[in-house]
Amino acid sequence: MDKRFVYLDHQATTPVLEEALQAMLPYFREAYGSPSSLHRFGLQVREGLKEAREKIARMINAESEEDLIFTSGGTESSNLAIKGFADANHRKGNHLVISAIEHPSVMNSVEYLTKHGFEVTQVPVDAVGRINPEDVRAAITDKTILVAVHLVNHDIGTIQPVKEIAKITAEKGIALYADALAAAGWMPIDVQDLGVQLLSFSPHRFYGPKGIGVLYRNRKARVTSHIHGGVQENGRRAGTENVPAIIGAGVAAEIAVRDLSKRVEHVAALQKRLYEGLWKHIEYIKLNGPEPGPLRVCNTLNLSTEFIEGEGQLLLLDYQGIAVASGSSCVSKSLKVSHVLSAIKLDHALAQGNIIMSLGKDNTVEDVDYVLDTFPKIVHKLRNMSPMWKEFEEGVIDSVIKPTGRGKSFTEHAAAVSGKAAH
Amino acid sequence: MKETKEYTLYNDTVMDHFLNPRNMGDVQEADGVGEVGAAACGDIMKISLKIRDGKIEDARFKTFGCGSAIASSSMATELIKGRTLEEAKNFSNQEVVDALGGLPPVKIHCSVLAEEALKAAIEDYEAKQAPKTAAA
Repeated sequence: MDKRFVYLDHQATTPVLEEALQAMLPYFREAYGSPSSLHRFGLQVREGLKEAREKIARMINAESEEDLIFTSGGTESSNLAIKGFADANHRKGNHLVISAIEHPSVMNSVEYLTKHGFEVTQVPVDAVGRINPEDVRAAITDKTILVAVHLVNHDIGTIQPVKEIAKITAEKGIALYADALAAAGWMPIDVQDLGVQLLSFSPHRFYGPKGIGVLYRNRKARVTSHIHGGVQENGRRAGTENVPAIIGAGVAAEIAVRDLSKRVEHVAALQKRLYEGLWKHIEYIKLNGPEPGPLRVCNTLNLSTEFIEGEGQLLLLDYQGIAVASGSSCVSKSLKVSHVLSAIKLDHALAQGNIIMSLGKDNTVEDVDYVLDTFPKIVHKLRNMSPMWKEFEEGVIDSVIKPTGRGKSFTEHAAAVSGKAAH
Repeated sequence: MKETKEYTLYNDTVMDHFLNPRNMGDVQEADGVGEVGAAACGDIMKISLKIRDGKIEDARFKTFGCGSAIASSSMATELIKGRTLEEAKNFSNQEVVDALGGLPPVKIHCSVLAEEALKAAIEDYEAKQAPKTAAA
């Protein structure tokens, strides 16, 4: 097949919708006033912001658009949700409960708090990355002030039982924060139905611009501001608003709601085609996270291809025009595998061979077929280059995915040749 | 973003050695084989050698690892061919880094792995030679 460019990293970011871009443009040079100003330049912009806020509030069925705080991005929203809530509520207790596979912006905000007198319990997940609500219940103490559980995992696509967890937190009188970063735009979100007090997301994940994040915070959840200055966002987040981005986010949210079922149907069909095709053409490959279906977000596949490493796969795919992500240690600056893959207790050899493909609304059947034509050749090339493949064929090491009963495990072998365990 | 520019993670030399690795495979009836792993990241590298008259006649590699690990082993085998054992024992990873035109700081350990695999292969060769020497 002819080389083509296929973007399969929609969980990293997406292109801005034409409609969103067109709506943003006048706010750079025509309607450029500050919404805090009291003259016509400011008031005009203020109206645009209000409309955008209403559109975004509708997307998540917030009680009021006043419950939204605009920030610089999903990361700032998580920081504000966690640290702002902890600050505002520290007199009630100093304990937080989070899942072991939260986004780094949640994990690291909580870690920061543990250096300032807070304690955290990380709830484990099962082999597909699902949280058991009863584990959340068991982790709650009389000091717990907040539970943080994401709607969808950013790496392995697992949809979490947030509504069930909300019943427990409601019963205990504790706030629940759901990071909806990987979910927003790819499944319906209704904060009232879910029963969450805080929820955050980032419009650039669903065809809005970068530089804008949203934190929903209902009246039951107080957060202390962490960016100090003027009284923008009702005093909850100082600094002149990123007006064009908010306008673009409003349009992206409106269209995300309008087109949701169409997008989900399209992307889920491609996900199925990609999944079935890859498993048909490649041996010794494992899906991380749930099977495509009700427990998995419609747009991602996270796979581990045995006997080869992820960065090599990523680079060769990129060379063929296909953009993907990887959770392999070779890809991370810390040389550690993704904490999500560790939490699902994925064998180190499989974590090394990790690739994440995330689809979007503009991907086509031809794109998927090109990947299905290209990827098996890449796997073949890298397996030929890998000492592990031959050693597997010779029975020196065994497969983790389909054990033959011959040879050592990869991990034992790796430990033997490196003198230390791979972890 | 200029459309004509190719954006790659590594420089052209590293990309070339990754995309078109030299000396990939196993030396048949090798005189020395070294297989080492990086505890830090989990990469594994294997170098096999053919040695004639105290010189490295052929060197081949197999690598389970990232782009820079593959490029490092490709370059290391290129550099080492034709060298005497004594020269090879003084081989340093820096030579690989320099020949590749540099590696990102976090990837320097890949070149160390190539040095270690080579030295392990020489040790293997010498260990196999020792009994022969003793017998003679």
